[in-house]
Amino acid sequence: MTAADLIALSPLAALGVSTVLIMLIVAWKRNHTLTVAMTLFANVAASALLFMILRQAPRQVTTLLIMDGYSLFYMGLIFAASLVVTLLSYSYLERHSEQREEFYIVLLLATLGATVLVASTHFVSFFLGLEILSVSLYALIAYQRTSERSMEAGVKYLILAAASSAFLLFGMALTYAELGTMEIARMSLRIGGEAPSILLLTGLAMIVVGVGFKLAVVPFHMWTPDVYEGAPAPVTAFIATVSKGGMFALLLRYSYQAGLSNYGSLFLLFAIIAVASMFAGNLLALLQTNVKRILAYSSIAHLGYLLVAFLAGGSTGAAAVTYYLVAYFVTMLCAFGVVTLLSGEAREAEAMSDYDGLFWRRPGVALVFAAALLSLAGIPLTAGFVGKFYIIAAGVGSALWWLVVILVVNSAIGLFYYLRIIVAMYKGASSEGHYVVPSFSVTGTIALAVLMVLLFWLGLYPAPLIRTIQSSVASLIS
Amino acid sequence: MILAWMIIILLLGGVGAWAANRFGALWSRSLSLVALAIDLALALVVVASPNRESGTGRWLVQLNYNWIPQFGISFHLGLDGLSLLLVFLTLFLGLISVLCSWNEVREHVGFFHFNLLWILSGIIGVFLALDLFLFYFFWELMLVPMYFLIGIWGHENRIYAAIKFFLFTQASGLLMLIAIVGLYFVHGRATGIYTFDYLQLLGTSMSPAVAMWLMLGFFIAFAVKLPAIPFHSWLPDAHTEAPTAGSVILAGLLLKTGAYGLLRFVVPLFPDAARVFAPVAMVIAVIGILYGAMLAFAQTDLKRLVAYTSISHMGFVLLGVFALNGLAMQGAVIQILCHGISTGALFVLVGALDERIHTRNLDQMGGLWAVVPRMGGVTMLFALASLGLPGLGNFVGEFLVLFGSYRVNIPLTVLATVGIIFATVYSLWIIQRAFHGPMREYPKLRDLSPREVGITALLIAAIVWLGFAPQPVFNTARPSVESVIQNLSEQPQSNPAVVGTLGSSGQGGTP
Repeated sequence: MTAADLIALSPLAALGVSTVLIMLIVAWKRNHTLTVAMTLFANVAASALLFMILRQAPRQVTTLLIMDGYSLFYMGLIFAASLVVTLLSYSYLERHSEQREEFYIVLLLATLGATVLVASTHFVSFFLGLEILSVSLYALIAYQRTSERSMEAGVKYLILAAASSAFLLFGMALTYAELGTMEIARMSLRIGGEAPSILLLTGLAMIVVGVGFKLAVVPFHMWTPDVYEGAPAPVTAFIATVSKGGMFALLLRYSYQAGLSNYGSLFLLFAIIAVASMFAGNLLALLQTNVKRILAYSSIAHLGYLLVAFLAGGSTGAAAVTYYLVAYFVTMLCAFGVVTLLSGEAREAEAMSDYDGLFWRRPGVALVFAAALLSLAGIPLTAGFVGKFYIIAAGVGSALWWLVVILVVNSAIGLFYYLRIIVAMYKGASSEGHYVVPSFSVTGTIALAVLMVLLFWLGLYPAPLIRTIQSSVASLIS
Repeated sequence: MILAWMIIILLLGGVGAWAANRFGALWSRSLSLVALAIDLALALVVVASPNRESGTGRWLVQLNYNWIPQFGISFHLGLDGLSLLLVFLTLFLGLISVLCSWNEVREHVGFFHFNLLWILSGIIGVFLALDLFLFYFFWELMLVPMYFLIGIWGHENRIYAAIKFFLFTQASGLLMLIAIVGLYFVHGRATGIYTFDYLQLLGTSMSPAVAMWLMLGFFIAFAVKLPAIPFHSWLPDAHTEAPTAGSVILAGLLLKTGAYGLLRFVVPLFPDAARVFAPVAMVIAVIGILYGAMLAFAQTDLKRLVAYTSISHMGFVLLGVFALNGLAMQGAVIQILCHGISTGALFVLVGALDERIHTRNLDQMGGLWAVVPRMGGVTMLFALASLGLPGLGNFVGEFLVLFGSYRVNIPLTVLATVGIIFATVYSLWIIQRAFHGPMREYPKLRDLSPREVGITALLIAAIVWLGFAPQPVFNTARPSVESVIQNLSEQPQSNPAVVGTLGSSGQGGTP
């Protein structure tokens, strides 16, 4: 490993070092604001370092990690999301918890795990990144020790994540036994054209189990609603965005660079998963009355949409996935940001009735929420619209007619429950008897305002981002 | 740039009207009127001095900016005669709907006008867009504020109606999006130029099967909006539950975007598929004419009755478009305008009546003429317009459509004519049940106020003008219609017998 390699790894190193620093400072003196400031700084510094090493990209650092345009783009996305989650957590923890500072240490570690995932080119870094992410998430989900639901969600996630990791490891072992390598670059040479052996297919299917669990696609989605509901709202935002986004980026890289698209059976498997996720997510969301659970099922459906673009393949497919993920990040952070901001000391604003008449009581935040929901539904002016358009374009371009039609049908189903929340927000007068909305914190409001601008910016003028994405995913294809 | 300003001013006006509400409702209302008036002035400027910018041929003005160059998407607006007429209709009915909700809407006035102006800007965007992506963008953009308009200010069952409306239009819109993207790839693969630009996509060659599928994607979206049987079931609910301004915009403008889409996109982009599909579309149209009229007659809710008459009248538009000849298309264009005005007027009157006697149920009305004679007179006039009395605009439209479709299919034309008889029945039925007959006990009723007299006078003037002197409308629409027909006849298997447009001398305009 040379000095240049170390420089290339500097964003990851910056995160690691900050984690240790914050830990030391917390041991010396507890101060919530200081800790948050340091966490924010760590994210900003890591993002700044990305620009510095952009010039030497692509650079393979050992066999484990690669710093190319693709991984740098996703790292930037993850850092930005982590920054927003930090801002939201600040306003959330001010109200809720006594032990606040450790939260940020774990949050930074989880971010580090996701960053390793997007740069991974080897099974070892894959597993390491995944475990750093998962273990941090156990702690984050169950962070409110006094809350029974939070503990329950944490334990549930722990058991299922551990089980899925076991599947993943076994799958990796089988794949290694068959291919004799754990590097994806070499796998592509061995996979070649001939039909895969049963052993290899079993191994790949078991890896899909591990990946599918993190992505929360059907049939590995069972944990999602409970964990979304039980976890603190900012953590839910983190799971919905960084955790899933990091894993999807890895899935995309592995499938492109190992040439998995040659296997018809894998295509079929993912197509079934995509269709099942879209239908299950949207139909089950219809039955919910808890906003966090609705968003949980909606995110299952959205991962199904993403898989359609993933299956479309080619550079358009990769770009569509990436654009949709960016839009999805912005939108989901916006939605959970609203939930965070509205949550009071006693409980979170998660019942549908908490939102009754919000339009007339707090028009600003209601408007942000409505915009986020419309973006999830893919209505013009919002980022979600361009994202959905991109996916449909990718699907039609690859002639995946059935998947595209199913996606369209599901978009219509999805509208039902997004509209239900919007209806709740404007029906009912501004009288008493409603959920009392707490006063908003400054950091949360800033975060939401920025997200709101981004939401409309990406919906109205997506050309610059599309250009960036196209050049980023180019390193994936070649 | 003037075209972009027309859209921007309404968007800004909407935001301004919302913000101005804190100084009082009157500010919101006046600001909305001012924004619409400025737009109207801009439209007149375009008419007075066309070709100022890059306008060529039938396009009075065009505007073209790169928007998302990676996909070949541009911000391309253009105004030709057809768009011009519809933009005028939009602004006219926009003014009417601001005026007619002056007293009706008292809650959340700022947000109401915000939604109203944003719908109008979306509709104008639809009429101006010459890029298919941009068109879809505006097409969807107008839905959300319309949804709010019905859902917040509507009548008892408003939320159900609003959601139904949104789902129908959104789902069908997505089908159109697939078709748009499909066309994009078909054109791109054939020529190597990937673009959403309407003018470049015209004349894309494709296999008949592909053309049929893509055309159906467009057709279903427009048929839902129009609405044509069997996609009409959102309409009675939405129209009935919407506030008066919402009903006026729905019936007067939103339905017209469907008709416009057929004329602008379905027939020109897929001429061969349209020719093959025309008999089916005409059958759908005639079924719609008869079915809408029969159901209208069975209603007791006055607003619902008027809503069903829309289905019937829009059937004539569909018939006119798919007769695929110049006469019928000109008829369709004028029917679009007249139906917007006459049905808008009927909704305004029903709204005014509802404001006074707090019911829309025909069974609870009767003998109103003696109490509110002015209202009775005006309703009578628009009921007559709706049944197609010569001298009022609707007659011209329906006559030309039947004239044109007679050349193509005689049995269907005969059946459609039967629809006009039904129209006579239900129109007179309204007058008979509400205004004649035994008088009921009413609390003291006010006749039309000066504001309402002003609104109805504008509407009457428009419908009479269209009835007696429609020639300017024909002249304005002719280049657009001619280009559609020409595009049809350029295809090899065209039948020259059905090709014909109104002569420039004006003969055939006013029969």
